[in-house]
Amino acid sequence: MADHTDTDILRLVRIRKAIEETATTRTIVFDDEYSVASMPGQFLMVWIPQIEELPMSIGIESFENLKCAAVTVRKYGLGSTALYHKQVGEHIGIRGPYGNHFSIPENLRNVLLIGGGTGLVPLVRLFSDLVHDRIQTSLIMGARTKEEVIFQHKVQNLLADNKLNNCVAFSTDDGTYGFKGSTVDLAESILASKKFDMMYTCGPELMMKGVQKLGERFSIPVEASLERYMKCAIGICGSCCINDKLVCQDGTIFDSNSLRQLTEFGVSYRDKSGRSSYFISQK
Amino acid sequence: MLNLEIAGISLRNPVILASGFLGISQAIFERVYDEGAGAVVSKSISKYPMEGYRNPTVIVLEGKSYINAVGLSNPGHESFYEEVKTNDKVPLMVSLVGSDPSDFELMARKLDKSRIIGFEINLSCPHVQKLGMEVGDDPQMVKSIVQTTKSNTAKPVFVKVGVGNANLLDISEAAINAGADGITAINTLRAMKISIDNFNPILSNKIGGLSGSSIKPVAVRCVYELSQKFRVPIIGCGGISNWEDAVEFMIAGATSFQVGTAIGFGGMGIFNSINRGIVKYLEKKGYQSVKELIGRSHRY
Repeated sequence: MADHTDTDILRLVRIRKAIEETATTRTIVFDDEYSVASMPGQFLMVWIPQIEELPMSIGIESFENLKCAAVTVRKYGLGSTALYHKQVGEHIGIRGPYGNHFSIPENLRNVLLIGGGTGLVPLVRLFSDLVHDRIQTSLIMGARTKEEVIFQHKVQNLLADNKLNNCVAFSTDDGTYGFKGSTVDLAESILASKKFDMMYTCGPELMMKGVQKLGERFSIPVEASLERYMKCAIGICGSCCINDKLVCQDGTIFDSNSLRQLTEFGVSYRDKSGRSSYFISQK
Repeated sequence: MLNLEIAGISLRNPVILASGFLGISQAIFERVYDEGAGAVVSKSISKYPMEGYRNPTVIVLEGKSYINAVGLSNPGHESFYEEVKTNDKVPLMVSLVGSDPSDFELMARKLDKSRIIGFEINLSCPHVQKLGMEVGDDPQMVKSIVQTTKSNTAKPVFVKVGVGNANLLDISEAAINAGADGITAINTLRAMKISIDNFNPILSNKIGGLSGSSIKPVAVRCVYELSQKFRVPIIGCGGISNWEDAVEFMIAGATSFQVGTAIGFGGMGIFNSINRGIVKYLEKKGYQSVKELIGRSHRY
């Protein structure tokens, strides 16, 4: 692999495939050896020419029996909508991989993953790795409604391929698919009857805060992938700071000990100007 | 060995975090200080909050250099005052940016009440209209801004100059005559990067400022010329990525120096690593203090 600075330099990649995940979410597949070699939880800065550059979690997809890099985007703002509409054959720019990754400690036996929305990108990658490593894994996949559930087939294929007692559970806010309620509520009910020795989470911050609280209550270590407004991704601009940490360099994954120190986690974030705003707390 | 004084401010060492890097949060300022910086300069603070430009705002080039057009994003002087008002630990200099003297009057008056060591007026941001360099190219405006700022604070006021349309020495002279306590040189140089694959200028603002190793020789020359001409302390800035670069700036005439871009390549450990390198160098040369380096090249 080339040295760190080489992957910091923007490179253009051609889109090989675009997968419709839902009416508003697509996965864009492209070749990039550095991304394929990345670990679950790492991210790319993705340049949509003339529009925006966005941090995106790196997924893996197969194309013509080869492993390819992928990003999954839900159309929302200017940049994500432009990326969503990119077609096969068009080019996007990428730099990275950046950030740390989920850790898999030795002797891990029973793991719970809790993800929501496109936060499932790194968790489904991790799920695949854990299943491959024969670690018993339960995955909670959250969405607002049935139409927004992503990666269902992908996960079911992973389940079909293995013999262990892995499982997947769905939750939707409106109850149109799976458990009605939040992923945290579902996790809580699962934790009441089953023991886990690690939890991993990625998704909306208040959901992750809920998982952290469950981790404290049930004495289970947690790793969470945090998100903050990002510009440089290389630890110089400070936009993505949370307390004294930089999400792009010190994260995006933080463990229970770190999360305990991060008093801004689940409480406040900085906008593009650097002013603090507060998450609207759901009691 | 490393401690020194600059415009009446005592610093434990000469390594200062340059403006524009990491500088909006008190928690990060404290971390940078704990990592070994002698002082830190905030991002440039304006009267009102600024969101800055859309991404891409930072481009990494080969050869330890960047081009950025962040667009002076900052929380505005009132929010920033709230951020740093409890500062009791970090020698913090606040960088100010504005378009006319009344902006500086308002900001200096408010921020003077916080526990900061001084101000650095950004007259040289090369990529935002009506701010920074567009102001800094006008000697009359520079004079007026410096006078206004000085009359609203007793703390030292530095002026950060760049290589723009006006002569750097003329602008510095205007600032010094108006009461500036020192000069920081230099800011980034106007630059751009275009993709040869899809013909697009990459930055959303198209034009940005070049920083890092590729501007170092220009910055060394500017510090040399400034320190030759003026008595006020010069803070060197531009492409310092190791102790050797830092020593070169001090020998050129800088009393202290700022580090920014190198954090992207060396992490925050760069501050201590530069300090350690200077100490070893001083020991090898048989000097007692880093102050003995300042302006030594002018003897030759």
